[in-house]
Amino acid sequence: MAQPRTLFEKIWDNHLVERQDDGTCLLYIDRHLVHEVTSPQAFEGLRLTGRKVRRPDATLAVPDHNVPTSDRSKGIEDEESRIQVETLSANCAEFGVPLIEMNDARQGIVHIIGPEQGLTQPGMTIVCGDSHTSTHGAFGALAFGIGTSEVEHVLATQTLIQRPAKNMRIAVDGDLPPGLTAKDLVLAIIGKIGTAGGTGHVIEYAGPAVRALSMEGRMTVCNMSIEGGARAGLIAPDQTTFDYLKGRPMAPKAGAYEQAVAFWQTLPSDEGARYDREVTLSVGEIEPQVTWGTSPEDVLPISGVVPDPSALEDEGERQGMTRSLKYMGLTPGTRLQDVAVDKVFIGSCTNGRIEDLRAVAAIAEGALKQGRKVAEGVYAMVVPGSGLVKEQAESEGLDRILVEAGFDWREPGCSMCLAMNADKLKPGERCASTSNRNFEGRQGPGGRTHLMSPGMAAAAAFKGKLADVREFLG
Amino acid sequence: MEKFTTLTAVAAPLPMDNVDTDKIIPARYLKTIKRTGLGAGLFSDIRKDGDGKGGPFVLDQPAYENAKILVVGDNFGCGSSREHAAWALLDAGIRCVIGESFSDIFSSNAGKNGILLIQLPPEQIAKLLDDASRGANATLTVDLEAQTIQGPDGGTISFEVDPWKKHCLLNGLDDIGLTLQKKGEIDSFEAGQKAQQPWLY
Ligand code: SF4
Repeated sequence: MAQPRTLFEKIWDNHLVERQDDGTCLLYIDRHLVHEVTSPQAFEGLRLTGRKVRRPDATLAVPDHNVPTSDRSKGIEDEESRIQVETLSANCAEFGVPLIEMNDARQGIVHIIGPEQGLTQPGMTIVCGDSHTSTHGAFGALAFGIGTSEVEHVLATQTLIQRPAKNMRIAVDGDLPPGLTAKDLVLAIIGKIGTAGGTGHVIEYAGPAVRALSMEGRMTVCNMSIEGGARAGLIAPDQTTFDYLKGRPMAPKAGAYEQAVAFWQTLPSDEGARYDREVTLSVGEIEPQVTWGTSPEDVLPISGVVPDPSALEDEGERQGMTRSLKYMGLTPGTRLQDVAVDKVFIGSCTNGRIEDLRAVAAIAEGALKQGRKVAEGVYAMVVPGSGLVKEQAESEGLDRILVEAGFDWREPGCSMCLAMNADKLKPGERCASTSNRNFEGRQGPGGRTHLMSPGMAAAAAFKGKLADVREFLG
Repeated sequence: MEKFTTLTAVAAPLPMDNVDTDKIIPARYLKTIKRTGLGAGLFSDIRKDGDGKGGPFVLDQPAYENAKILVVGDNFGCGSSREHAAWALLDAGIRCVIGESFSDIFSSNAGKNGILLIQLPPEQIAKLLDDASRGANATLTVDLEAQTIQGPDGGTISFEVDPWKKHCLLNGLDDIGLTLQKKGEIDSFEAGQKAQQPWLY
């Protein structure tokens, strides 16, 4: 019998164009997503060398990082942002690459629209000049972020030169109780393995708690694989995956769909497949999570207190924590639930999908019934991940609940996840955020970010402080 | 890309772990459509904090003005895929970064821009950080062919490097050009895949 293989190994083997003696591989890339920030220099490279895009039909571009989330009818005010978005349009026209324009109803964050359009499918290799390409691994696709030189390489050749990654398996046991979400799972995982824990690995998430997640939840988990150092995350495709894909515009059409499902069913890791590292976690150990520092691994249960650097033995770690706390403006020993916030950001490719907005609206609806609104002095924004997410939310009336509760309802894009557009924190401002990175300056220079789930961010909006979402559940 | 063979230069110490790409180059500098000029944004947010002892940031100290080597801690370059981080280092004259570990995407980006990354165990990094803190006297010689670093006191450290990366760096290779020569192999891969998974085409 053939040697048992992991999901990763099967996808890898299926895409090998050539393997050199030193182990370097030429890997075929099935789909390439492109956005305005990391692509201009790649297209410029093609122009300078007179090269073409090998498979425009396997490429899809969308502007997301720079787009305004306010009224777009007047275009983009910021000149540099506008030039970048216009450059993407011009490059796509010149090289024949399909583009979803800023004012298209389907526009949105690149990692939201790929799955939404059915572009993302099990067993594929998918790349994008963006580290959160790991999101697409939720479908059992090998998806990873690449730099601009690699973007150019894929545009020109539809391949990449790579070495196989190591296999890591993270299994989560148990059932998620109310108030606990995919975001809490992945934050707890990063807290456990550290931000470099997955370096050199592809992480396959497994176990009953992962299997029970919706596609939205699976995307949230795989999205943050990169925060654990792994270039890609994977979840084996199953009926949940197949049902999600059925009927989407770019998914296989009737006839081909059945054939594709039969193939997708062969992908999950074989019994006895070997992993280089295995980690297990139980849902029972997890509470709603919130970060206190400037690295996603700086995470604690919401019942916790700000940690004390003087308790650390290693001098380097002590200095690191002291620096983080100073940046975050936090005093050791403070209860996390006593930390007041100025802003709340709900959105990003981690938590900007319909399920996330429903979770926020459910908290808001409960709060409204108790006569509560977004706390005074707190500005809370909701940025749908795509135009279609926005439409869906509006058709369900979520926007009305949110607006009534005091949230600002915006246009789709990356927004304050990385503050390249006009949405930014001011120096010293503190934000409860559903995004993925709490790095210094990530949401605006001097801004302070606490990462958490959408429900937790909504709870913080109503309390004006970091809060336990479970207090808001009926 | 420019070849990397040997490099003799001042090494600047940056003894921090988890230096993420937002620290190397904040997002507001990513609005350019060019590869050049990014040195102006290199470390800009942490630069203003100086050296933590009231002095200027290491790369702003006269002794390190001409530094071409950076000695860093663990997990350097984590975070985003922005190649701007590599471009910014290169624009500021940095050709080699020596650290305990590097993120995967940053490693690949550095290699494509002729920047050599050298991974060493913590004890050796501690020693090199100590050497580097001696200012302009902290000249290191990195020899990629021999895979050695020669310190200011004559001591030599050996390092490992991926053979393919070494080959590309030593020869300044354009790997797109190389891959385009494999057109036949890519064509036949596509034909095979199309036969088995027609829905992909
Ligand atoms: S939402 Fe944030 S993490 Fe996601 S692609 Fe946009 S900037 Fe990157």
